[in-house]
Amino acid sequence: MIGRTLLLIPAYNEETSIGAVIGEARAINPELDVLVANDCSGDATAANARRAGASVLTVPHHLGLGGVLQAGYKLAFELGYDYVVRIDGDGQMDPHDIPAILHALRTSSAQMVIGSRYLEKDDGHTSVIRSLGIRFFRAVLRPILGKPVADPTSGFVGVNREALAVFATSFPLEYPEIEALVVLRRKAFHFVEVPCRIRPRHAGRSTITPLKSVYYIVHVLLGVVVNILKFERHRWR
Amino acid sequence: MERLFTITLLLSAALVLAILHSLRRAHIRVEYSLSWLAAALASLVLSARPGALRALGGWLGVSPQAALGTVAVFGFLVVLYRLSMIVSELKDNNVALAQKVAALEYHLHRLEATREADARR
Repeated sequence: MIGRTLLLIPAYNEETSIGAVIGEARAINPELDVLVANDCSGDATAANARRAGASVLTVPHHLGLGGVLQAGYKLAFELGYDYVVRIDGDGQMDPHDIPAILHALRTSSAQMVIGSRYLEKDDGHTSVIRSLGIRFFRAVLRPILGKPVADPTSGFVGVNREALAVFATSFPLEYPEIEALVVLRRKAFHFVEVPCRIRPRHAGRSTITPLKSVYYIVHVLLGVVVNILKFERHRWR
Repeated sequence: MERLFTITLLLSAALVLAILHSLRRAHIRVEYSLSWLAAALASLVLSARPGALRALGGWLGVSPQAALGTVAVFGFLVVLYRLSMIVSELKDNNVALAQKVAALEYHLHRLEATREADARR
């Protein structure tokens, strides 16, 4: 049984790229329903997404990535989807990799599949600061997750309904990728990684600055520690 | 030294009156005014009874003024911490509410679209 699958795209002011991202994803994966979780964009993101054939979930005010993603996960769970694959709205993720993520989700016992940029070789699009941050979090997460993770900050992830149920009730509001891994580990869930490609974004540019990177590291570290404190002891192994 | 206690006494009394005025005008809710009232009244009592501060200062090994400052800073830090907890809870509730509103709006639009499609048939 294949199961109903949703492609979830969180978006904030992505009017120039969202149509192309949806169009490309639907051309390659026509069986998928597409939902854009619109974080109260001030531009034509919602209109362009609808025009491209996606459903749109618009939150009434800006929630940030974690908040709008969780809104999407909650709705997907409510609508009965079996699998949800998340990609970003800036066109950096290649929809040709979606089938590999879905295949791993359907055939492995993992509740989460990460599309990893670093499993085969460095993609060349990662800045020095980001690269250092990823190395740092790989080292931090290794003992917590009980296995290495090559790309803990990847936003290209697929989850099954078990993980969806968890995310619908417990999901980090800011910088969710790394904390989400620990949230699932708290439930003794598993993840696997599959290689994926990363491309230059269709439009706009990254807003990450050195100061924001330091804030990110401190914020995520604290979130990880808090999640460890919440670990259910009988499932911790 | 007595002048300092007179000033803090007056300021504490003014703070108590301001809190009561805000309560009367419904600018602050009773549950959120309690910690402010407790801090302001503690400051008021300590300013009115410098003997207690002298004893506390002697125990801490600092001057009575420093003891008053320490008590005031700690008291207001507790109030601010409590407010941070309240703001965090409000933010969580606000996010959950916004997500719920978004989902309800989504369902409403779908219902309207279905009804329009049925009407066209």
